[in-house]
Amino acid sequence: MKILVCISHVPDTTAKINFTAGGAALDPNGVQFVINPYDEFGLTKALHLKEKHGGQVTVITFGDATVEATLRKALAIGADDAVRLDGVPTDPMQVAGELAAYAKDQGFDLIICGQESIDYNGGIVPGALAALMNLPFVNACIGLEVDGSNAQLLREIDGGKEQISAALPIVIGGKKGLVEESELRIPNMRGIMTARTKPLAVTPLSGSAALTAASGFTKPAAKAAVQLIDSSNLDELVRRLHEEAKVI
Amino acid sequence: MYPIQAQNNPELDAIREAAHDFAQQYIAPFVMEWDEAQTFPLQVFQAMGEMGFMGMLVDPKYGGSGLGYAEYITVIDEISQVCGSIGLSLAAHNSLCTQHINQFGTDEQKAKWLPRLASGQIVGAWGLTETGTGSDAGGMHTTATLDGDEWVLQGSKNFITHAITGEIAVVIARTGEKGDSHGMSAFVVEKGTAGFSGGKKENKLGMRASETACLFFDNCRIPKDHLLGKVGEGFIQSMKILDGGRISIAALSLGIAKGARNAALRYSQEREQFGKAISKFQAIAFKLADMDTEIYGSELMIRHAGSLKDQGLKVTKESAMAKYYASEVAVRVANEGLQIHGGYGFTKDYPAEKYYRDVKLCTIGEGTSEIQKLVISRDMLSA
Repeated sequence: MKILVCISHVPDTTAKINFTAGGAALDPNGVQFVINPYDEFGLTKALHLKEKHGGQVTVITFGDATVEATLRKALAIGADDAVRLDGVPTDPMQVAGELAAYAKDQGFDLIICGQESIDYNGGIVPGALAALMNLPFVNACIGLEVDGSNAQLLREIDGGKEQISAALPIVIGGKKGLVEESELRIPNMRGIMTARTKPLAVTPLSGSAALTAASGFTKPAAKAAVQLIDSSNLDELVRRLHEEAKVI
Repeated sequence: MYPIQAQNNPELDAIREAAHDFAQQYIAPFVMEWDEAQTFPLQVFQAMGEMGFMGMLVDPKYGGSGLGYAEYITVIDEISQVCGSIGLSLAAHNSLCTQHINQFGTDEQKAKWLPRLASGQIVGAWGLTETGTGSDAGGMHTTATLDGDEWVLQGSKNFITHAITGEIAVVIARTGEKGDSHGMSAFVVEKGTAGFSGGKKENKLGMRASETACLFFDNCRIPKDHLLGKVGEGFIQSMKILDGGRISIAALSLGIAKGARNAALRYSQEREQFGKAISKFQAIAFKLADMDTEIYGSELMIRHAGSLKDQGLKVTKESAMAKYYASEVAVRVANEGLQIHGGYGFTKDYPAEKYYRDVKLCTIGEGTSEIQKLVISRDMLSA
C-alpha cells in the first residue's frame, strides 16, 4: 500500500507570534516549528497501516528549505521518503493544486491530511485536494482501517459518529482518534540518524496559482488585568457586571 | 540564546527535542511521586532503551546508538532538567558499567553483555567505592583470588548506583598488594551468582529515585573469563572510565542547573510584589543574569571536554575542570533559584527544593570538588 501523508510545518502552540511586512506576514524569528498536530495523528496512523499491511509511507510538504527539519523529523519517526515542493505557499488552493499535481501520477492508495493546520486553520486543503484529484474525501476522520481495496472510516459529526466505507484511493482529513496521543511516537536515536540518509526529494512547483493573498493579521487584544472583588461585597460585583461589563 | 554546538547540526537538534519530549511525557508527571517514595522506575529505563539512550556510546553492532559525547551530553542535560535522579542513573549506566565493558571488554564479552545493557533490557552497576575507601581506591579491601577456573570475590562495595536492580555489575577488586595501582582488576558479576547480593537502599537527601545501595561478595565465585582486560589493570581502567564519567556528572549538573534556572525565571515573571513582577527588581534580575552566565560557561567547558574525548584525546584535566566547575555552578544556581522562590521555594509545591536537594550530589559523586582540584593541580605541577 502506498500512503502519502501531507505535512504542514507550523509554529509550536506555545510560540509567541509576531508579524512582519506591515503585519501581513508571520515573523519566523525565534519561533519553534513542529509537525502540524493533526498531521502527526495521520502520520502515526499511516505507520500503523504500513506495519499491518506493508507498503511505503511518503511525507510531503510545500515550503522552502527551512521546512526540511520537519520532514526529517517525520522520516525519523518512520516515514520512508519525503518530498518538498520547493516554494513558499501563500494560499490553500495553491497548496492543494501543487499537492494534486505531484500526487496524480504516483499511484497512492491513501492520501492522509490533517483536517486543518493549526496556524491558519483554513481547513481547505484536504477537500480541495480530493476534488482536484476527483477522489472520495472524508473529513474529521477519527477511524480508518483498510480491508483489501476498501477503507472503513469513522467520521466525527455533531453529537455522534458516522461509519463510512469507500473504495481506495481516498483522501482523508484526519484528527485525534485516528490514533490516540499516547500512540504518537518520539523519534529514537536510530531513527534520527537513519533519517539523514533517507531520500528527501526537492520538486519544482507546477505553477498552481494562489487565488487569495493575506493583506494583514491582527493579534487578539491583550487580556485586561483581573479585578478581584471580595466575596463579602456581592452588591459591588453585581453593580460592575451590570454597569461596566454590561453582561447582566 | 542559541543552543551551544547545535548550529548546522540538525541531528543534535533533533536529539535534543526527542530527549526533551521523552522527559516531558515519561518522567515529568511522576517526578515527585518517585522522589517521595524513593521509587526506582525501571520501566522508564526500558523505555529509554527503546529510545537508544541506554547505549549512547556503544557500537550499533552491539545494539548501541553509536553516538559521541556531544549527543550523550545533550541527552543527559535534557533528562536532568526534568529529574536529576533519572539523569544520574542514566549517566551511571552509560558511562560506568556499560562504558567499562565497551572500552575494555573483548568482542565476546561485549557481545555477551552489551546488547542487553544498550537496549535497556537490564541496568548495570559499577563498583569501586568501599565504606573505608572512596577516592583512596588503592586501599580497597575487596579481594579477588584465582581458584582454578574461577575468581573468588570477597568483600563489599558502598554507595553503588543500581546495586539492587542492576542485573550485572562491573566490580574492581584487589588482586595484588594494597596501595599498588597495578594491584587491582575489573570483573563482571552477574545477578544471581551465589554469594553476590545487594544491600539495603540508602535513604538519601536527594536523587531519591536513583537507587543506591551496597554490594556484598561472600565467597562469590565467577568464571575466569569475567575478568575485563588483564590482571592488574583495574585501577588504570577505572581512572580512564572516570575521565568520561566526570563529563557525565558535569552534564548532569548542567541539566539540574538549567532546570533550576528555568523554574526561577518562570516564577520571577509570575510572582508580583509591590505592583510588579519580581523579575523587574534588579536584585532578582541580577541573580538570573549570574545563573545564565555561569551555566553558559559550564556548558562550554563540558562540550569542549566532550569534543576532545570524541577525538580520542586524554581528558583527565579537562573533564575534572568541567565536573568541578559545572557542579559548583549548579549548586549555586539551585541555591539562588530557591532564594528567588522565597517561602514557596521551601515547600514541595514548587520544584526549586528538589533541585536544591538533588544537586548536592554533583559536587560529591565521582570525585568531590576537592578531588577534582587535586587532579587539576597535579596536572599543573607535573608539567
